[in-house]
This record gives sequence, structure tokens and C-alpha cells, in this order.
Amino acid sequence: MNPSIAMLLTQDGLTAGAIYALIALALLIVFTITRIILVPQGQFVTFSALSFGLLQSGEMPLTAILVAILAVLAAALDIARAPATRRLATAGNAAWRLLALPAALLLITFLVPPASLGLAGQIALTLALVIPLGPLMYRLAFQPMADAPILLLLIVAVAVDVAMGGIGLLLFGSEGERTAPLLRLSLPLGPIRLHGGSLLVLGVGAAAMLALYVFFGRTLTGKALRATAHNALGARLVGIRVRRAGSLAFGLAAALGAVSGILVSSIMTVYFDSGFTIGLKGFIAAIIGGLGSYPLAVAGALVIGLIESWSAFYASAYQDAIVFAALLPILVVRSLLSRDLAEEDGGE
Amino acid sequence: MIRPTLWIVAVAALLILPPVLPDFWVTLLNFAGIAALVGLGLVLLTGAAGLTSFGQAAFAGIAAYVSAYFTTVYGLSPWETLPLALLAAAIAALLLGAVTLRLSGHYLPISTIAWAAAIFYLFARLPALGGQTGLTGIPPVSIGGFALLGSASYAYLIWTCVLAAILTLGTLLRARAGRAIRALRGGALLAESFGIPAFRTRMVAFTYAAILAGLSGWLYVHFIRFLNPTPFDITAGIKDLFVVMIGGAAFPWGAVAGAGILAGLPDILQAITSGQNDNYNLIAYGVIIVLLLQRSRAGIAGALVAKFPALAPPPIAVPTAATDDLPTRPLPPRGEELLRVRDAEKWFGGLCAVQKMNFEVAAGEIVGLIGPNGAGKSTMFNLITGAIRPSGGAIAMRGVAIAGASPRAIVRLGLARSFQHVKLLRGMSVLENVMIGAHLRGRCGLLAGSLRLDRAEEAALAAEAARQLRRVGLGAVMHRPAGSLALGQQRLVEVARALCADPVLLLLDEPAAGLRHAEKQELAALLHGLRDAGIAVLLVEHDMDFVMNLVDRLVVMESGRKLTEGLPGAVQTDPRVLDVYLGGVA
Repeated sequence: MNPSIAMLLTQDGLTAGAIYALIALALLIVFTITRIILVPQGQFVTFSALSFGLLQSGEMPLTAILVAILAVLAAALDIARAPATRRLATAGNAAWRLLALPAALLLITFLVPPASLGLAGQIALTLALVIPLGPLMYRLAFQPMADAPILLLLIVAVAVDVAMGGIGLLLFGSEGERTAPLLRLSLPLGPIRLHGGSLLVLGVGAAAMLALYVFFGRTLTGKALRATAHNALGARLVGIRVRRAGSLAFGLAAALGAVSGILVSSIMTVYFDSGFTIGLKGFIAAIIGGLGSYPLAVAGALVIGLIESWSAFYASAYQDAIVFAALLPILVVRSLLSRDLAEEDGGE
Repeated sequence: MIRPTLWIVAVAALLILPPVLPDFWVTLLNFAGIAALVGLGLVLLTGAAGLTSFGQAAFAGIAAYVSAYFTTVYGLSPWETLPLALLAAAIAALLLGAVTLRLSGHYLPISTIAWAAAIFYLFARLPALGGQTGLTGIPPVSIGGFALLGSASYAYLIWTCVLAAILTLGTLLRARAGRAIRALRGGALLAESFGIPAFRTRMVAFTYAAILAGLSGWLYVHFIRFLNPTPFDITAGIKDLFVVMIGGAAFPWGAVAGAGILAGLPDILQAITSGQNDNYNLIAYGVIIVLLLQRSRAGIAGALVAKFPALAPPPIAVPTAATDDLPTRPLPPRGEELLRVRDAEKWFGGLCAVQKMNFEVAAGEIVGLIGPNGAGKSTMFNLITGAIRPSGGAIAMRGVAIAGASPRAIVRLGLARSFQHVKLLRGMSVLENVMIGAHLRGRCGLLAGSLRLDRAEEAALAAEAARQLRRVGLGAVMHRPAGSLALGQQRLVEVARALCADPVLLLLDEPAAGLRHAEKQELAALLHGLRDAGIAVLLVEHDMDFVMNLVDRLVVMESGRKLTEGLPGAVQTDPRVLDVYLGGVA
């Protein structure tokens, strides 16, 4: 071990950590607002990375078809649930609210050659393809049972993840994707060079966190979401629509996942099943923050990234085992911070 | 009787079918049995205890690797490695449980995902375990010199294990140790308030489930006789949980139903999608589970029992003849001081919920704790019962300091309680709910409960619970599910459950809320009877008519402090009390 290797490992660790931080933030947003432990968060990353990868190599991803199918199902559900007299109005509303974007995405997918979009266009299209998956997932899988206990919601989340994994394999196949660097840049720093990819990940990560901070701290919608997270019933009483909050939280999570996916595809090869592992590392970070603290989760994510890069150097075969086993000491600490029995959520 | 008949049919089918079915189906039957064993562990863990694990496949893997390693490297026979394999699974569960089971509900499932992944990577990377290529040449199980090599002969071994596990688990769930595990569903506070150690009981359930998973792993490895990590990955652990979600976690045979369906599903889907690969399976599993949980959470077994009630286990028998006596506590002489609260305080951050509270309760008196909403009455209750730790001051029960002690230490001193927000197990019968109250008066554990060696004690517990239920006027509904009762009756069930603990001091949190006038009078008569027998009662209540006619003494709280205390008549005319209640109008 010499200083330059140490610096390289640190650079790699912080880069990966920044990605895990974005995932952890998405998980925290969704958990605090909806009590759902969003296991499929990693799938947004995969879908985004693989869609973006296909676009870069000149192919059109079939993600739009998935969005369209889910949107049609959601619209059908809305119409079926509406009272008979309101069916027509609901249908009109749903058509506009749910079906316009998928229709546009389908048109682009089948009419526009990907190469003609340019990098910015490809990024925009990837985001447009992946972000709707969040609210649609909430509408179809979770909204019908929003009042269920945390554990049932978790099992549903795992089931959704399993289904998404199968869909990912169907849409993208088992081939991995790795995209060209988004930022061809290399700055000297002492004995090593900072890679543009790392700088971009860290920069975008910091920008996203700042944007979230402003959103939750300064905007009315953000404040309403925080109120919902604090007390859903109270929020409902002052006129905040809790369902919309859930939908919005899933949209934010999908957006963070989509951004992470684009970033991650330029620094590592992503396969259809990579999302689960990436998501799990985000989880461990979120648990470090007690599933409640944003700054602790970000710090935890950076630590996870560093553990990962350093264990890759010392014991590469056991890298993932070490990262996941790192959860155990964290849980021991959490156990020791025990609480009064009456504060535990009991009851069936 | 439907249930014995079904058992005979099932056993006969399993005896006859393996040699006559085509090999393909027997293999499927074996895989279903192997999955059912893991599922049976989850019936206890998820269905009974309300804990969730996605990591059961890892326990099966640990047992499988231990058995494969010691049979191939040291030449031990599978029968010799069986205890080692089960022990390894149990030790893994104890270690992982020790760090996760103290935490609240959702930490356990997430961490099971993480350590199951860690264990899987370890299997795949450790050179001694053959890595991704795996271990070969694993010996078969032999019985009396006859090697169980074919699917058909192995089916007898697997299904003997499955049937034995169903029988013992079904018996256990209705025994004292099983009720303790089921009580965990009502939250740690409920269990601890009746002397059930929540953490240790969770550990028991977790280890039990891991050992069943270990047995399944051992059966798997000596059936296939080749071992690689893939069957124990995280997807396998998730599928294990899906088995009980689909089959129904409330009854042991639900695991068998779920395992059968999940074992058959890939082939059914293969037929429908004409040989498309695995990913349709995954999509189908996921969608089925989501739809199932959105509609009904009871699975196939639950749906069948709802449609054919004869399939449900028969109600717990209440003996009509005299039974062995449960141990009883000698009642203290009237007037002996039982509870003494001195300067008790509780701060939540900067908010003081209880401040410098002082009062006593003596044997043979009924004391009412009253005050406007938010006065701190329930917090005071929680401080006395050990549900929350006081920030300062002293509380003593019969001279023993109990401030900061656990609820289960406090209930041992003879203090039993009811809850403001009813904590009953809704799906469990009223009688069994009340039997939980008598937990500390029984002795029989897991083994006695699984093997029906506890019959005399169970009869005595059932007789005692029935006696207390008749005492509160609920003798007619004791076999109904507790959740089907009206809220007022549920509060009376809580009173009966507390009485089952044989208390000298009874703490009742709003016992009369939701009761009709006649029922209130009966409750008052019951409490007077208890007082006359020498039991002390401390109750929080809002119904002033009820309180004033019931209690011997009143303690009035306001904003966390004691406002006054005294006889009902004096308190009723105290201007400070009127001021608090009527806002100074009087």
C-alpha cells in the first residue's frame, strides 16, 4: 500500500459512496412519507442504466412499452374505482394525466433514431422513461394497500422487486451495458489523477442533495411532504393529499434512481440484476441513519463505498460479503440504543 | 370429524403415491416437501410471532454445506452430520438474532436480506466449499444399510420429516410456549406485561425456524448429492417467504399448500409460455404475491378455513372436572401498603409529562386516577408498569423498588394491567388470549408443548382462564375470535386476562369505556368483589358517575402534577378540581 493507491481507493470509494447516498436518500424519502421500504429502488437504477446504455449504442430501449402497459393498467384501475356517474370524466382525466406521456414515449421510441437525439436528448429521454415508473409502481402495487402494516408493505415491495427483475431481464437481456464516460476529463492531484467520471458523480450527487434540501426546506410541496412524513393523519386534516404525497415520493425516488443509473453506467458495467446489490448497499446506508436521518445516511453511504473499495483491494473475492456483513456491527450499535417498550409500534 | 380423516387420507396418499407416480412427479413432491419444511419454520416465525425473514435459505445453505463438507472431507455418514448441520444453523440464528431481534419490526427483514447475501457470497467464494463449481460426491442417506438413492425412497424420508414437523408445530402453537410466541404479535409490551421475555421468545422462534430450514437443507443436499451456492441465494430466501404468503401462514398445512403450488408453478408456467425461460416465473411470482396481499392476507389456508370452518383446529377444551391447581399468591392483609410512588417524574425531551407525583395504594382499596386529557395519567400508569422508564423518583411495589424495572419483573410481584388501547390478538380465541395472562403460573416449555407432555397443566390453565371469563360475564363467547367482540367486551377480556395473572394489584386503564350501563354495573360489582377479597385496584377512568360510585379514594392529576387526593365526596366539591374540569366557570 502506498499513498497513491490509498488515494485511488478513496476516490473510487467516494464515487461509489455518492451513488449509494443518492439511493439511500430515495429510500429515506419513500420510507418516511409512505412507510414503504422500497426494495425495488435499485431497479430504477438498472432500468435507467440499461436504457441509457442502449440509447448510446444506437438502439431504442423497450422501456416505453412497459411504461405504456403500466399506465393503461393504472388508468383502468382509476376508471373501475370511480363511481358510475364519474366514469367518463375519470376516463378523460386519466387519458390526459396517465396516457399522454407514454404515448409520446412510444412515438419517440419507434420513430426517432437514438443517434439523432444527442447526449442531452438521450439523458432526457432516459429520465422520461424511468421517472414515470415510480408513481405507476405506487399506484398499482402500493396505493391499494396504503394502510397495511409496514411488514406487509415490505413483502409487497420485495414481490415488486422480483417482478421488476424478471421484466428487466425480458426488456434488456442478460448482457451488461457500460457507457462511454460522460466527462472526458482528468485532473492531476498529487500522485494520482482525478477522473472526470468521479468528479461528475460527486458533483451531481452534491447538486441533487442541495436540490432536495431546497425542495424540502423552501417549497410548499416539499413542506407538505415533510408534514405527511411526520403525521399522515394530521397532514390529511390540514388538506394535504396523502396519496399524492406517496405518488410524489415515488416519483422523487425514481428520479434519483434514474440519475444514479446514468451516472453509474459510465463507471461500471450494469447487468439486469445489478440493481438489487446497489439498492441493498443504499439500504445499509439508510439503516446507519436509523431510517430517519438524512445526513447520517449520506455519511453512511460514503463509508460503505470506502469499505467496498478498500476490501476490493485487500480481499477482492470477499468484497460483497464484507460490505453486507458490515451491517452487523451497525445493528449492534442500534440495539444498544434501546428504547422504552411503550414507544414500539405494537399490535397486529 | 374432518381433520383426522384428512390426516389419514394424506398419510395414505404419501405411502402409496411415491412408488406409483412417474419419477418427475415424485421429484417435484420431494422439492415441495423440502420447501414446506422451510415454510413451516416461517409459519412459526411470520405467522405466529409476526417476524419476517428473507434469509431462511441461508440457514438451509449453512446446514447443507456443513453436512456436505463433513461427509465428503471427513467421511462421516449423513446421520452423523445431521446434528452438526442443525447445530450450525441454530448457532447462526442465535448470532444473527442476537444483533437483530432487539430492534423494532422492520430492521429484521432488511438485515436478513443483507446477511443472507453475505452468507451466499461466502459460499460462492470460499475455496474449501468448492466455490461456484460446488461440491460433488456427497453420500446418500442410508437406513439399515439401504441407501435412499431413488426419488421414491427419499420421498418417504422427506415426508416423514414434514408430517412430524406439522404435527409438532400444530401442537406447539396451541401450547403455553406457542401462545407466548403468538403473543409477540401484540407487541413486546403486551408479552412483557405478562411475564413473557420478548427478546428471548423471539430468539426461540427464530432459532426454531432456522433449525427447520437446516433440516430442509440437509435433506436437500443428500437428495441431490451435489452442492453449489445457487439454491441458497437471496431469491431462494424470498421464495421461501412467498411459500407461506401464498399458502397461508396461520396454519402449518398452509406451508405445504404454498410449497406445492410454488414447486409446480414453474412447470405450469412453462406449459403456458411454451418453454420460455425463467423470467416469466419471476414476473408471475411477483404479480401473484402483490395481488394476493392486496386482496386477502390469509393465503390459501386462510381462504379455505374461512369457507370450511371444520378445517380450523378445534377449540381449546375447557375441562369440566376438577383440574390440578395452579399456584396462587397469598393475598396481603387488608391495609398493607402495596404501591408507593415518590416524586416520580417523566420528561419527554423538554416536556414534563409527570412531575413529582406522590401517592400510595393499599391492599383492599380501589383508587381512581383522574384528571383532564393530557394530565399524564397514562404516562403515570406506564411508569408504574415498567412500560417506560421514569426520569426520576422512586416507585416501590410491596417494598421492592421497581422504577426502571422491566414489565416482566413487575408482573412477577403481582401487578397486572389492562391497556388503554386494547392489546388483544384478534385472530386468537378469547380463551387463549386470557390464558396468556396465566403465563407465569405455568411451567411447560417448548419441548413439552410440542410433544403433548403438558396436558395436565394446559387443562388447569384453560380452566382458570374460563373461570376468569365467566367472572367478567364472557363465559358464552370464550371460543370466539377476540377481534369479533365489541370494544367494551374486549376491555373486559383484558380484565379477565389480568386476573389470570393472579394479581394483588390490578391496574386498569379506562376499563368502562364502551360499556353499556348494565355492563358497567356488573364491572363495578366485580371490582368491589375483588376489593373485598383483598386485591387492590388502581384505575384511570373518565366516566365520573362510574368512578364516584366505585372508588374508595381519588388521586387527581393536572398537567403532570398531583392536584389533590382524597375521598370522592371531598374531591367532587374541591374548587380546584372543579376549576380544572369546568375551566373556571364554576
